[in-house]
Amino acid sequence: MSWLRDLLVPPQGSTFAHEVDPLFMFLVGLTGFFFLLIAGLTGWFILRYRRGSRVRRGVAPTHNTALELLWSLIPLALVVVIFFWGVQGYISAAVPPADALEIKVIGKRWLWEFQYPNGLRTVNEMRVPVNKPIKLVMISEDVIHSFYVPGFRIKQDVLPSRYTQLWFEATQPGVHSVLCAEYCGRSHSDMLATIHVVSQEEYQQWLEAGGAVGEGLPLSELGRLVYERYGCDACHSLDGTRLEGPSLRGVFGKPVLLADGQRVIADENYLRESILNPQAKIVAGYQPVMPTFQGLLSEREINALIEFIKEQK
Amino acid sequence: MTGANYLTEQRGLRSWLFTLDHKRIGVMYLWSTLLAFFLGGVLAMLIRLELLTPTRTLMDADTYNKAFTLHGAIMIFLFIIPSIPAALGNFVLPLLLGARDVAFPRLNLASYYLYVAGALMALASMITGGIDTGWTFYTPYSTSTGGAVNLVTLAVFVLGFSSIFTGVNFIATTHKLRAPGMNWFRMPLFVWGIYATAIIQILATPVLGITVLLLFLERVFGVGIFDPKLGGDPVLFQHFFWFYSHPAVYIMILPGMAIISEVIPVFSRRPIFGYRAIAFSSVAIAAVSFLVWGHHMYVSGQSVLASALFSFLTFLVAIPSAVKVFNWVATMYKGSIWLQAPMIYAIMFLLLFAIGGLTGLFLGSLAVDVHLHDTYFVVAHFHYVMMGGTFIAFLAGLHYWWPKMFGRMYSERWSRIAAALVFVGFNATFLAQFVMGSRGMPRRYYNYLPEFQALHVVSTVGSWILALGLLITAGYLLASLRKRPDAPANPWGGMTLEWQTSSPPPTHNFAAVPVVDRGPYDFPPLEAEEELAGRPA
Repeated sequence: MSWLRDLLVPPQGSTFAHEVDPLFMFLVGLTGFFFLLIAGLTGWFILRYRRGSRVRRGVAPTHNTALELLWSLIPLALVVVIFFWGVQGYISAAVPPADALEIKVIGKRWLWEFQYPNGLRTVNEMRVPVNKPIKLVMISEDVIHSFYVPGFRIKQDVLPSRYTQLWFEATQPGVHSVLCAEYCGRSHSDMLATIHVVSQEEYQQWLEAGGAVGEGLPLSELGRLVYERYGCDACHSLDGTRLEGPSLRGVFGKPVLLADGQRVIADENYLRESILNPQAKIVAGYQPVMPTFQGLLSEREINALIEFIKEQK
Repeated sequence: MTGANYLTEQRGLRSWLFTLDHKRIGVMYLWSTLLAFFLGGVLAMLIRLELLTPTRTLMDADTYNKAFTLHGAIMIFLFIIPSIPAALGNFVLPLLLGARDVAFPRLNLASYYLYVAGALMALASMITGGIDTGWTFYTPYSTSTGGAVNLVTLAVFVLGFSSIFTGVNFIATTHKLRAPGMNWFRMPLFVWGIYATAIIQILATPVLGITVLLLFLERVFGVGIFDPKLGGDPVLFQHFFWFYSHPAVYIMILPGMAIISEVIPVFSRRPIFGYRAIAFSSVAIAAVSFLVWGHHMYVSGQSVLASALFSFLTFLVAIPSAVKVFNWVATMYKGSIWLQAPMIYAIMFLLLFAIGGLTGLFLGSLAVDVHLHDTYFVVAHFHYVMMGGTFIAFLAGLHYWWPKMFGRMYSERWSRIAAALVFVGFNATFLAQFVMGSRGMPRRYYNYLPEFQALHVVSTVGSWILALGLLITAGYLLASLRKRPDAPANPWGGMTLEWQTSSPPPTHNFAAVPVVDRGPYDFPPLEAEEELAGRPA
């Protein structure tokens, strides 16, 4: 059946494609069978029982409980199987492996910007090593976009309000198209990028060469700059000292007790919210005095700041 | 055939504009919705023409974006939602129940005028800058883009009330105006379908009204609800929008299923198989339809748990839908199948709706939908359900009740030619789109990668064949109106009450109040000779 698969879907470029295509092909077979059943019976009845045909008709039943139960329960059982199969794949697509290489994605009308951990920024071109899980942490600067790689069978909306993430592991070197799948205006269909899947060595060389010509600093160094320039150091220490606000030391990934008794994990979205909308969640024991940095910081600077905070272990 | 009927008893424009007769209101709705369909269809042809080549063919990107937005909005809000309930339903529901009119005739007329007002507002947007948000109005794009979005959201608000008024009317009519002896299980299945539709209309439509009103407030007064720049949440809009718009899918398809449940028994001369299963499955679909909106949002960033629950509930809707299809097929077993135009369209519905429904399994399945979401696969899927399903069922109903509505028979020969063209054209247009979609072609694309061009060409050529079939249909139906009335009271041998009055019916529908003492599909037994040979042709 691989000829049929090749006809219906693009070549498999990721581990997830290998996971989801069998379900896709199972559905092709199953729905094909049911369509032929319905069409076949309909055609047969029309031919055999057409008006004027000489065939014994008798009195057919107007209902048949056993038959009706059967044709309710068999589809029910089948959809339960499809449901669990689909959930399984969805969960594995939702949970990136711990050792994934993290790349930031910024969608804006109408281009994709990629930020590597070493500060390298590229536009509409991503280079990743083969056989290595890649985690994308994505944000939009304007409207909703959607990061879609048909060859990897992955897609995730990119929101202007919070980070969404996506991961993949490319299984062979090659080139894949990234398409914007959420309508975003005039040049929506031109919001394309390319993913080059290369060997580990080639990736490393590119990264080093690219870093040399790249603009700006590594993310976490940029973050330190932001931390100092925007005056965060006035209220948030790096060494655990209690100032006006909580210290940033060791805060990332840890539970935080809030003034209303809730306990939240200080993840990227929590930090982002605390920078842009500081009054949303007040840490227990502190006053709600921090001003918002909405509009002051670019997405790149917020990313950098969070990256910097992450490093304050 | 002789004497006054609802068309001839009163004459003049005023007698139409101020009529309270459900039949006349139904006819006005029919012409209005058909006009809307024509406009939406012209836009569809322009869209397909533009997509003939991977880059610019005849219009620029802004025009293309406005064209597909208006195509979707017209087809959904001005055609599919009102077409079967408000046009055909208005005409036949009181007749099927043996009633003189609907429960609230003035509300019925008000509903029509709201429809006209909403339609004019929506169309006025074309000359006041157009709208390029897509018919789904996703925020924050829709809060930031220019154009006539405010006008269109108000139009949708007004149209919502038109829809609610119709729903209220039909529920009251079904409860209170059934002829003596017509208990719930002697109601024709069309009534069950329209009744389930009306329930969704009055429960879900207010949410749409609220949603577009909030969008309006945000755009006009800067109230931050959906736009993150104002502190809003754009995904909240999607939840609100689909909370209406998914049940609305069933507002669109249940009336279509209801027509098929009438046509197949009459043209098979067999009682419907599993009456109660079909009736209850309509209600079951209506109920579950409120709990599946999140399946439009698997990749929107909603939680995995939420997606899983929505996926499961989505699969549950598949069961009553499948049950209906099996029942329709089983009804033909040992029947005497008469392949007249209504039945040809009913069978076409069975095949196309089967494809539309079965491809829904791909999209309901979480892992597969991640790949297919927002691609042409989705476009093809909902066109198979909405056009292959609802619109083809509408054609079945239109051909079925045309003689009753206008007292004329149409050309059976031309209807077959047109049906063949519609079938071939439709499948060429949209089967190609399934393959495009699963190969990774996103929807709402003005330019596309060259590798998709061959499939786009197939689809565009298909749309020409489809359009030709529909033009022929319009031709022979309109031509029939120029003839002298020639339709008998009961041309198809139907057993429901509308066939017991003349064609077209008198203004008050029935000379005497009909009394019902049997089910809607209790056909007289075939004679011994007929039993073997079917009815004589």
